[in-house]
Amino acid sequence: MKYLVKKLITLIMTLFLVSVAAFLAFQIIPGDVVTSILGTEATPEREEQLREELGLNDPPVIRYFHWIKGVLQGDFGVSYRYSKNMNEMMPVAELIGDKLPVTLWLASISLVFIVVISLPLGVLWAGLASGGENNGKYGGNVGGAVCHGLDAALGVMTQTTMAIPSFFLGILVTYVFGILLGAFAPGGYVSYRDNFAGFLGYLVFPAMSISLPKIAMTARFLRNSMLTELSSDYVRTAYSKGASKRRVMYGHVLRNAMMPVATFLGMIVAEIVAGSIVVEQVFGLPGIGRLLVSSISTRDFPVVEILILYITFVVIFVYFLVDILYRVIDPRISEA
Amino acid sequence: MERTAGGKWNKYLAAGIFMTGLAVLLGIVGFFWTPYSTTAMSAAEKFAPPSLRHLFGTDNFGRDIFSRVMQGLGTTISISSLVVLLSGTAGVFLGAFTGYFGGVADELVMRITDALNGFPSILLTLVIISVLGSGRQNVIISLGLVFVPSYVRIVRSEFIRLRDADYIKRARLMGVGSFRVLFVHILPNIFSVFWVSVMIGFNNAILAESGMSYLGIGVQPPDASLGMMLSDAQGYLQSAPWYALAPGLTIVWVVLGFSLFSEGLRRQIAA
Repeated sequence: MKYLVKKLITLIMTLFLVSVAAFLAFQIIPGDVVTSILGTEATPEREEQLREELGLNDPPVIRYFHWIKGVLQGDFGVSYRYSKNMNEMMPVAELIGDKLPVTLWLASISLVFIVVISLPLGVLWAGLASGGENNGKYGGNVGGAVCHGLDAALGVMTQTTMAIPSFFLGILVTYVFGILLGAFAPGGYVSYRDNFAGFLGYLVFPAMSISLPKIAMTARFLRNSMLTELSSDYVRTAYSKGASKRRVMYGHVLRNAMMPVATFLGMIVAEIVAGSIVVEQVFGLPGIGRLLVSSISTRDFPVVEILILYITFVVIFVYFLVDILYRVIDPRISEA
Repeated sequence: MERTAGGKWNKYLAAGIFMTGLAVLLGIVGFFWTPYSTTAMSAAEKFAPPSLRHLFGTDNFGRDIFSRVMQGLGTTISISSLVVLLSGTAGVFLGAFTGYFGGVADELVMRITDALNGFPSILLTLVIISVLGSGRQNVIISLGLVFVPSYVRIVRSEFIRLRDADYIKRARLMGVGSFRVLFVHILPNIFSVFWVSVMIGFNNAILAESGMSYLGIGVQPPDASLGMMLSDAQGYLQSAPWYALAPGLTIVWVVLGFSLFSEGLRRQIAA
């Protein structure tokens, strides 16, 4: 409990520091926001009015507190670039709220892919690797050689998959599934508002691009983790007590090998978030990653600030959850 | 295990050296000479598929893709080298001092690197780029900054491991100054571990650089870059798939090369 409170305080402190950094970073940038919104033709009176409206005349510290107070109350400010209509500026909350579901669904589908595919693959692979080793010792029979070959083949495949950057993988997926196989129409994104099933169907392909390298990574990690466990004393004891290979693998080894994998999956979530920034671009998905990149290009800083804060929050929060989860599944940690 | 233990790392290291060596060579040659001009357009040879005349085919302006890939490789590799040099040097100094002396500075640096380490590096790069603006120089600065923590970690833990070693204690007793202990007595002994992280650093720098130029916030034209070629090629995927495959597979080649290189080094040290 004491640990939990300490962790929570760290979490809040980190968020506070990130918010200060995110806000101040964009205050030192040269260039006048007002001129960029109104253009160079505007009258000085109109410029002054807008400056007052946006609160740009206050000192940075005051503006930070003004901003963070708004953020905490759900008022994220207005975008410099997008406008609702002729007279009204677009609230950042509305802008993000519209795009958030796309990214969240994309990330969720990717995570499901990763967990559902990589865990069985890793276990299977560890079985193959240990089979290859044990049989190899006793003269290398056919089964051992096959196991060994499959183990090596999986090693090469995953190593190669991990070297493909997500944007190129996205292009490959578009080419193979979109153009060669015709499984989906590239660029034919359907909004979740119009056709939810069609929306999910389209997201499968970007999710594939995000998850493939992570599947390779997680499977490798689980394989190595299980092989390490397989050489420990309790495994030999289990075998000597007559436990079957299946029982040793699933009953004893897997549970212990899963511990580091759980932490690893937490890191993967942070990477899915990062991956979606790029992959949304490849598939033309109107999610927050694409919004972030376009806001950076157009220097729409109120949007950038909120997105940074939001993504940081998600990442830190996931780490926090993983940390707690880790303590729940492995009580030995909390004693230390 | 016996039958493979002797030769295994050789395979990784040899493949890594071959792949990275070829890429670096092509990149360096690309600075001075390319088979065709990288800007010469030819309406007659628009979208020519790969052939002996044009190894990787031609693009939408009839430019030779192989020549452009060579030039892009040069950009990517020179930027990554500078990034690794910048972040590696900073990492060594920070890691050495904090690991050896400990104290408040160590605590502070560790807190910051811990916070940054779990953070998606692309997000951090995006933030720095949005403050500095895009372009070659700013890409180097931002990536250089982003990758410092990864080196600090490794160097620091190595210095902590060695600071109480007998030969260091002995050197101190003999009156060797701290600076000399740090950089003459300890540093050479951590190089084996350090080189592995340098190779991983190359790997990450190349991925990050090409990713940024794909997003259009990396190097800007007329600088050639593999990421930019990919984003241009995406629109012609149906009519000229080789246009996207050439720069894409080149990136995979280089990244795979560096990861095999680091794996080979790691195994060599472990053996």
